[in-house]
Amino acid sequence: MVTESKRLIRPDTATAQTLAPRSRVPAWLIALLKNPVSITGTALVVAFVVVAVFAPLIAPPPIPSEPYQIPRQGFLSEPQPPAQGEPMGTTQGQYDIFYGVVWGTRTAFKIGLIVTSLTFLIGGMVGAVSGYIGGWADEIIQRIVEIFLAFPFLLAALTLATILGAKIQNGLITGMIALVVFGWPGYTRLIRGDILAVKNMDYVMAARVVGVPNWRILFRHIIPNSFYSLLVVASLDVGTNVLTFAALSFLGLGTSEGYADWGQLLSYARNWIPTLNTHWWIVVFPGLALLLFVLAFNLIGDAFRDALDPRMSTRV
Amino acid sequence: MSKYIIRRLLILPLVMFGLSVLIFGMLMMLDPVERAALYVTNIPKNPDAIQAIIDKYGLNQPIYIQYGRWLGNILHGNLGWSKTAQMPVTQAIETYFPATLELALWSFTPIMVVGTWLGIEAAIHHDTFIDQAARVFSIIGYSFPTFVFGLLVLMIFYADLQWFPPGRLSVWANQAITSPGFHTYTGMYTVDGLLNGRPDIFLDALRHLFLPALTLAYVDWALILRVARSSMLEMLNQDYIRTARAKGLSNQQVIYGHARPNAMIPVVTIGGLLMVGLLNGVVITETVFNYHGMGLLAANSALNFDAVSVLGIALLAGAVLVIANLVVDILYHYLDPRITLE
Repeated sequence: MVTESKRLIRPDTATAQTLAPRSRVPAWLIALLKNPVSITGTALVVAFVVVAVFAPLIAPPPIPSEPYQIPRQGFLSEPQPPAQGEPMGTTQGQYDIFYGVVWGTRTAFKIGLIVTSLTFLIGGMVGAVSGYIGGWADEIIQRIVEIFLAFPFLLAALTLATILGAKIQNGLITGMIALVVFGWPGYTRLIRGDILAVKNMDYVMAARVVGVPNWRILFRHIIPNSFYSLLVVASLDVGTNVLTFAALSFLGLGTSEGYADWGQLLSYARNWIPTLNTHWWIVVFPGLALLLFVLAFNLIGDAFRDALDPRMSTRV
Repeated sequence: MSKYIIRRLLILPLVMFGLSVLIFGMLMMLDPVERAALYVTNIPKNPDAIQAIIDKYGLNQPIYIQYGRWLGNILHGNLGWSKTAQMPVTQAIETYFPATLELALWSFTPIMVVGTWLGIEAAIHHDTFIDQAARVFSIIGYSFPTFVFGLLVLMIFYADLQWFPPGRLSVWANQAITSPGFHTYTGMYTVDGLLNGRPDIFLDALRHLFLPALTLAYVDWALILRVARSSMLEMLNQDYIRTARAKGLSNQQVIYGHARPNAMIPVVTIGGLLMVGLLNGVVITETVFNYHGMGLLAANSALNFDAVSVLGIALLAGAVLVIANLVVDILYHYLDPRITLE
C-alpha cells in the first residue's frame, strides 16, 4: 500500500520513470539473495546451464551433424550396468544413458523456455486485452478460456499430441504445440485478474485524466504492476512444462526413438519393472536429472513468491 | 446467490457446447477414414468399402452437418467404437471408471488428512524446523515426476522386496471375482470384496492399491499442505485471534477452536477440485502401475492413435470438471458467507 500511495503522488514524468524500477527491485532481490532456498535453486539452474552449454565437450557426439541422437553400444536388449566409457550404464537397446542425460538437458531447456515464453506471450496479451477493454470482449474471451480450462491439462495435451502425431512426424514439435495450446488460458486469467485489480486505482485514473493514451497506461502503469507475480508463475511453469512434456514422452508420445530426452529414457524402464532392482541405473540417473531440473525452477519460484508476498513473512 | 447459481447454470450448456466444439474441432483434424471409427466397429482395408462408409456416414459433408450428427450421437450416449478396448467407448468408460474412482478415493483420504495436518502444524510452528521440513517435503513432492516416483517405489517395494505388486488383483483373486458365486456391486474390488464377505479379496485389492495411491498422494500432499499452511498463517494474524488470546483463552483453544475451522475453508474447496483432478490425472500413475482404469485406457488409446477413445474420455472428464467447478463455487459460498458470488 505504501508503494501505491507513493506512486499516486508521483507525476508521470521522466524522473518518475527512471526512479520507479530502482525503488522496486532491490527489496525483493536482496530477500532472494539471502534466501537459502533460492540460492540452492539458482545453483542448480546454473549447473544445468553449464551442462547444456558445454554438452559437446562433456559428451562429444559421434556424429556431429546429429548431436541429439543417442549413440548405441550394440543392439542387445538388456540394459548394461555403468562401466568404463558408459558412466551411467546403458538402457534398453544399449542407448548410452550418460549421453542422453547430458544432451537431454538441452532438450529440457528448449522445451521449458520455448513453451513457457509462448504461453506467457499469448496468455498475457489475451488477458491484457480482456481485462483492460472489458465489456463483451472480456465476456467472450473469458468463456473461451473457461472452455479450454475445462479440459484436464495432461489429458488435453495427450489428445492433441495424439491427433497431431498422425500428421506431423516430429514428436518434439507436436508435444510443444499441445502444451502451448492448452497452456495459455491460465496466464490469461492471472493477468486479467491483476489488471482488474489496478485498473480502477486512483493513479491509473489520474493518468487517464491527464490524457495518457490507453496503450501507454497499459504498458507503463498496469503491466509493470503485475509483472513480477507473473514472473513467479512463469518460473514455476518452466519446471511444470518440462515435466508435462516428459510425461508425454514417457507415454510414448514425445520425441522420436533415440532422441536425447529424459522422458524417453525413462520410458524404456517400463519394460523392466519386475527387475528394476538389478537394473536400477535406468531409472535413477534420468529420473534424478528430471527431478533436479524441475526442483530447481520450483525452488526459485517458491522463493520469489515469499519475497514478493509480505503476508507470508509475518511472524506468529 | 440464487441469481448467481441460475446464471452459472445458464452458462453451463454454453460451456458444454464450447467443449463439444473444441473436441469436434480436434476430431475434424483427423482423416475421414479415421473418423469412421465414430460409427463403425471395424474399418475395412478395401478402398471401395472405405468409400462406402464415408458416403454412408457423410464424413465428407459440410462441417455443421457432421457436427449435428456427432452431437446427436453423443446425446444418445454413443461416443463411437474404441478399437483399444474392443468395445463401444461408452461401455469402456463404464467398465474402467470404477477402477479409477477406487484409486482416487483411496488416495484422496490420506491426502486430505495428512496434508491438512502437516500444513496446520507448519503454520503453528512458523519458521521453525517443523515448518522448514514440511516445506522441503512439499517442494520435493510437487517437483517429483509421478512416473519417476512410481518407478522408484516399484523398484524398492516390488522388484526388490516383493511386497506390493502392480496391477489390480492377483491371479487367484481375479479368478475368484469372475467366478459365478461372486456378485459385482460397484466394480471397486475393495468394496465388492467386503460386500461379498471375502476379506481376502479386499486385502489383495488393497495391496495392489497401496503403491499407486501413495504415488498419487505424495504429489498432491504438497498442494494441500501449502493451502492449509498459508490459510492457517493468515488466520493466525487476524484480529479475532488476537481478541481470543487477549481474553485469556489457552493456546490450544485459540489454535484448534478458533483459527483452524476458518482456515479449513480453502482447504475444503481445493479438496473438491483435487478429487476431480485425481479422477482425471491418473493417466500416468495407472500406466506405471499397469492399473486397468480410465487413465490407462486413455494412454493406450493415445499410443494406438485411437483418437475416438481419447476424445470420448476427454469429453467426459471435461464435463465432470465443469460441473465440479460450479459445485465448488457454491460450496465455497456456504462455507464462507462473506463471499458474494454476484
